[in-house]
Amino acid sequence: MKINSIDPRVNRSKIDPEKKFEEAKELDQWQTFEVFQQIKRGMHHQHVGCVHAPSPEIAFLFAKEQYARRGQCVNIWVVKSSDVFATEYEDADIFDSAPEKFHRDPSTYKVMDRIQAFKERQKS
Amino acid sequence: MYGNAYIDPSLAPNKLTQDEDPIKLAEFEARIAAGDKIEPKDWMPTEYRKQLIRMIEQHAHSEIIGSLPEGTWITRAPGFRRKLALIAKVQDEVGHAQLLYSAAETLGKPREEMINDLISGKSKYSNVFNYPAITWADTAVIAWLIDAGAIVNQLANSKGSYGPYVRALDRICAEESFHLKYGHDNVVYLATGTPKQRQMVQEALTRWWPPIMHFFGPSDKISVHTETLMKWKVKMASNDDMRQTFLNMYVPKIWDLGLVLPDPNLKKNTETGLWEYTEPDWEEFKRVINGDGPCNAERLAVRRQAEEKGRWVRQALLSKDSRYVTPLV
Repeated sequence: MKINSIDPRVNRSKIDPEKKFEEAKELDQWQTFEVFQQIKRGMHHQHVGCVHAPSPEIAFLFAKEQYARRGQCVNIWVVKSSDVFATEYEDADIFDSAPEKFHRDPSTYKVMDRIQAFKERQKS
Repeated sequence: MYGNAYIDPSLAPNKLTQDEDPIKLAEFEARIAAGDKIEPKDWMPTEYRKQLIRMIEQHAHSEIIGSLPEGTWITRAPGFRRKLALIAKVQDEVGHAQLLYSAAETLGKPREEMINDLISGKSKYSNVFNYPAITWADTAVIAWLIDAGAIVNQLANSKGSYGPYVRALDRICAEESFHLKYGHDNVVYLATGTPKQRQMVQEALTRWWPPIMHFFGPSDKISVHTETLMKWKVKMASNDDMRQTFLNMYVPKIWDLGLVLPDPNLKKNTETGLWEYTEPDWEEFKRVINGDGPCNAERLAVRRQAEEKGRWVRQALLSKDSRYVTPLV
């Protein structure tokens, strides 16, 4: 069987549609790098996604094409996904006590009443 | 494009949840009901994972195969500006596939397996890309109306429950708006041009209308499974609802240009507010999706050859200490 395409490039490449595909094996698509993008100097870098790449150099190239082909970008970080250590969502209760720490909350320091009372006492 | 969850109608009524831990399931459903997103490492029902992998993977394949009919016209685009825009659009589509493959990978299916399943025919992609873009006007109709359909579908899905998919879709929807404008610009240019240009765009529209009506898939009956997948925010709208949204937004714009749609029954029922149309030929849809369309063999062969020809390059670049882990996304 022959492919009869309206695209001359497809016809020129003489693909055999019956040919058996040798399946892609592990790492055929490389490992992944997580991408962090800074859109403006002075701002934090932000995680925007990942790219598959064989090295940091090529990860930069793909990250630029994938995440910085529109809009502003001044800097990119890439880091191997295997080098990222993350907390588990099921342990998220470790963060639960944060709102209870009223001693860290500036609005819980109310001195005006005491000052007023003190002033009243001074007058008398 | 075309990321609708498909539900096998022969499934037993409780099949989606029967083997799940009821306490974990209740927590999971409460999280979704509260509008929380599910992240890759969270507990999730087996069927939630399975349906999402299938749906996101199919969406990714559609992006990458969808770039082929349009890519055909890059070398013959009429004028430099249109050539630049078409190259940019095709690059966007391939980029969308990368984002979606990564989102599907977070659910535990490596990219290599998805590529193998695409090429073997085990995994599907949107049926519309099994048709050829015969003239330049076909690419204009694709860029306008197929991308419009994709936006209707993707906007619905971007309200879904799975974090990585939602984040990918937010980025994708923003980029698709350029495709839509570019496609509309091309159609308007032809439709307001010479008689020959008008004829060209009319013929392309006539050719593409049946695939466009197929785009959202056959009517889906409301079943227990549909309800479960909607409760899990995997499926966000019924196929018919999305088709109605699309018709309501675009048929008036098409008629506005004096173009004719090849369906004498197409009209808006003023009482119900719904569009009426001739039922699309679902036998043809099934035949094409199962491999017997005008371009199925070509699309997969081109994709296969790209994988084969690039393989030695990827192997030459692979460093020995590479280790694949599931991406975070």
